[in-house]
Amino acid sequence: MATIKAGESYGFFTDTSICIGCKACEVACKEWNQLQGNDPAFLADSYDNTGDLDAQNWRHVKFIEHVPDQPVTQGNGTAWLLMSDVCKHCKHASCMEVCPTGAIIRTEFDTVFIQQDVCNGCRNCVAACPYAVIGMNQSTGTAHKCTLCYDRLQGGMEPACAKACPTQSIQFGPLADLQKAADVRLAALQSQGVTQAQLYGRDDTVYGGLNAFFLLMDKPETYGLPNASNAVLPTRNNVGGYLAALVTAALGVVAGLVAFRRRGGA
Amino acid sequence: MFLAAEHFARAPQWTWFILFYFFFAGLAGGSYVVGTLLRLSRDAHDESAARLAFYISLAATVLCPVLLTADLGSVSWVRFWHMLINVTPGDTGLSFKYWSPMSVGAWALMVFGFFSFVSAVDAWFRDRQGGGLLPPGLNQVFNITGAIVGLFIASYTGVLLSVSNQPVWSDTWALGGLFLASGLSGSTALITLLVRFRPDARFSLQRLRLADGYFGVLELALLIAFFVTVAAAGEAGRILPWFALWIIALIGIGASLLGVRRPARVEASGESAAMAPVAIEATVVSAVVLLAVLAVRAAVIFSAQ
Repeated sequence: MATIKAGESYGFFTDTSICIGCKACEVACKEWNQLQGNDPAFLADSYDNTGDLDAQNWRHVKFIEHVPDQPVTQGNGTAWLLMSDVCKHCKHASCMEVCPTGAIIRTEFDTVFIQQDVCNGCRNCVAACPYAVIGMNQSTGTAHKCTLCYDRLQGGMEPACAKACPTQSIQFGPLADLQKAADVRLAALQSQGVTQAQLYGRDDTVYGGLNAFFLLMDKPETYGLPNASNAVLPTRNNVGGYLAALVTAALGVVAGLVAFRRRGGA
Repeated sequence: MFLAAEHFARAPQWTWFILFYFFFAGLAGGSYVVGTLLRLSRDAHDESAARLAFYISLAATVLCPVLLTADLGSVSWVRFWHMLINVTPGDTGLSFKYWSPMSVGAWALMVFGFFSFVSAVDAWFRDRQGGGLLPPGLNQVFNITGAIVGLFIASYTGVLLSVSNQPVWSDTWALGGLFLASGLSGSTALITLLVRFRPDARFSLQRLRLADGYFGVLELALLIAFFVTVAAAGEAGRILPWFALWIIALIGIGASLLGVRRPARVEASGESAAMAPVAIEATVVSAVVLLAVLAVRAAVIFSAQ
């Protein structure tokens, strides 16, 4: 791929239609970022024993079983939906919006990055992230998530997960190039009659657009992603919350003044 | 202005430290407001209860940063000051985001600490020497300014929860008001409870109970608004399992409401002998109200997690 330059927007285009669930992305991510992973556990959730994205899992291959009750014709079954999930590096990032320390920044590659030496572990970003991406690292006491391999980008290398993906389900590159590739892929699928295919985060309807966007084979909710109408920022509640507090404060003060009013030298 | 949403967010695991921080923040801000309102009554007999309120406010305020810092965990607690100072290389300076209640709250807590400390010291001087730190007119302006910050301290914790993508918390606009009303009610109850250690403050007992009753009405209205908004967002299933805590909250509000109906008894008698049974009743009521203040916050915090 072309040279990685600061000042340009980069991201991932994850095409779930060609993900084979090999989890090479998970392994490559852990290898490069020296993530120890959580203690092994049997989750009895299809082929998924990773569970969720968290401080130790910055890539997570979801196995969403859609096994129909009735027989299907050859080549027409959708036994699993597979999706390599990751931080979306939202244009309008909820985590960045609420972070009180300024630890969460947008890098020169237009990605969202948590500065480990600034984060103080308040967990406001965890409460805000609509994708349950951010987790707390108990040993550092700070919030962790995918960095989009910030260190590799600075060294001119593509992120480890994209490098390792054997099917090119995970593509890395300049955002504009990825968006063009996604449009072509979607058009190809739809011309083949795969009408359920849709792009998620390609345009600005979800958090102003996602630097890590997806081609999905079902509606977003099926993958645990909020749809466009549910993709809302935490600060939407500032006005309502403060207004209710203000009205309560006014009524409370009046109530107090009435209760404590002078009563002629009782 | 407000929008409920389908949630896929992870819970932040704000538990005991944050619960007690919310509790003491409500009492700290609420007590300062009640103390100021008592002084604004311009009845010298209420001054003793007002000073008690400022002492309580300082005691509760001191606990707040301790609890907040402890919540950061054993590793990163030394970075509590990052709430106020941005240490990002190349972007150092004060850290203040008016759109982030946590950021505004960190600053407000520091500012409120100043007001709370000065007013408590002022009350102490008045108790010891008869004269305060500040001249009366200036002191009143100081108290009113501090009370405005106190109202914020008692309420912003609810707004902070709402400004997230968590179920329940972000599905309602009522939390800021609910925590404020509850904090005012709890503060009045705590002052009432501690009046026994300050006999000359007993004069204000009936007024405190009446105020608690009014605050209870506010709290009840906001609790109903909370239930309605959360149910409308389809998240009632998350709050119902905390049934026991809601019942405690409602009992506490009921106890507060007794104050609206009962204070006339003391006023009518006006005798110190008649104060004793009322003081006992007030003690029990206050304890129940304070438990309810804690229960409301616990139920709200745990509902989403």
